[in-house]
Amino acid sequence: MNNKTYEEKTHLYGRIWILSALVMIFLYPILTCIIFGAWPDWQSVVKGLLGVAPIFWTVGLIEVFTYVPMLDSGSSYLAFVTGNLTNLKVPAALSAMENANVKPGSEEGEVISTIAVATSSIVTTIIIALGVALLVPLTPILNSELLAPAFDNILPALFGGLAVVYISKNWKVAMAPLIFMVILFLAVPSLSGSVSVLVPVGALIAIGAARILYKKGLL
Amino acid sequence: MSFSPNSPILFILAGAVILFVIAQSVFFMVRSWRRGREIGMDMAVLRRTVVSTAVFTIAPAVSILLGVITLSKFLGLPLPWLRLSVIGAITYELPAATSTASALGVSIAETVTDPKVYTAIAWVMTLGIFPGMLWVALFGRKIQGGIAKIKNRDAKWGDILMTALFLGMISAFLGMVFADIREGLAGWIPIFVLLFSAVLMCICGLLSKKFHMKWIENYALPISMLGGMAFAVVITPMIGG
Repeated sequence: MNNKTYEEKTHLYGRIWILSALVMIFLYPILTCIIFGAWPDWQSVVKGLLGVAPIFWTVGLIEVFTYVPMLDSGSSYLAFVTGNLTNLKVPAALSAMENANVKPGSEEGEVISTIAVATSSIVTTIIIALGVALLVPLTPILNSELLAPAFDNILPALFGGLAVVYISKNWKVAMAPLIFMVILFLAVPSLSGSVSVLVPVGALIAIGAARILYKKGLL
Repeated sequence: MSFSPNSPILFILAGAVILFVIAQSVFFMVRSWRRGREIGMDMAVLRRTVVSTAVFTIAPAVSILLGVITLSKFLGLPLPWLRLSVIGAITYELPAATSTASALGVSIAETVTDPKVYTAIAWVMTLGIFPGMLWVALFGRKIQGGIAKIKNRDAKWGDILMTALFLGMISAFLGMVFADIREGLAGWIPIFVLLFSAVLMCICGLLSKKFHMKWIENYALPISMLGGMAFAVVITPMIGG
């Protein structure tokens, strides 16, 4: 046990935590059924599941292959349990590594990204818990028409800033995926619902472009 | 026990799972903190990471809270509270609830009163999303190993590869912003917001470099994001979105 490296232990602890979390998450529906003596009609569960599972299970697999390399080990085990990857955990980890001047995949990068994902998870949980406790006075404010555009535009507001940081430093690699995505969304606007499937497409294009530029010695 | 989607026992159940996940966050936080000290990192950098990440998290967390409010009209508070604090996102939970409700022929406009409908939805939400966690447990280590191998072979290419991954993700989201521009000027609002946020980020960069306001770097992302959101509040009524 003591001979294991830090990295190996991260995977061991990570797996223990993520599998225990999985059990905990299943306990909610199981205990609810037992407490209220109300097991669902399984046929309708299957029907409901058929409506979402083919997409969710595929996207889940794609997300693992896309975000695990970006997030490092410890933070992956944490981020996949706490959820909200694209709109919160991944940008938080990226921006933290950028500010601390550490490279993703390095020992320091692992420390910073794990601290960022953990902080973000804890703060999110606290804010949501406070929000749930104060729901009655907060609902009219949060649902007000005045504030609606702010939350409707949270993704452009987030990615606008993030894009400047990354594209300004790597504009040669960014051109190909960026042009592809803008043209794609202009041609097929309805794709905006499946953006998570397009993230790996963009990543593959970017990697292809980067490989060509690198081989030609342009990077 | 008589059923209500806001029954105290459901709050206790949801709270227990959420506490467990907070414990996991604290565990990894403490472990990384110690590791950082061990390998001789500057503790001030770690502290700054915590503070700036916490500030950045506030706005997205409030938007997640909005998702809880949306779902709570139909499902009561405990289930949406649990699903959006842990594992889920509104983009998963709303379709899962809608799909099950339509399979059962119930409306999502009213609060659930039938416990069987409630448990069916809870099951679909759980079964719909759990494989992601399983994949991480199964493949996480292999993926990290693969990346490490590439880096050992060619360190420079390894770094470029990581950057390309990030750029791929950013491109997909930037492209998405252009999806609505055929709807006229209102469809341009997300683009204006994006540009405004980008300009704020540039200003932060300038202040940091030219005026040596180093501290601003850590808050540049929340500043540009909140600025962009505030800009949306101002321009939307003007454009008439």
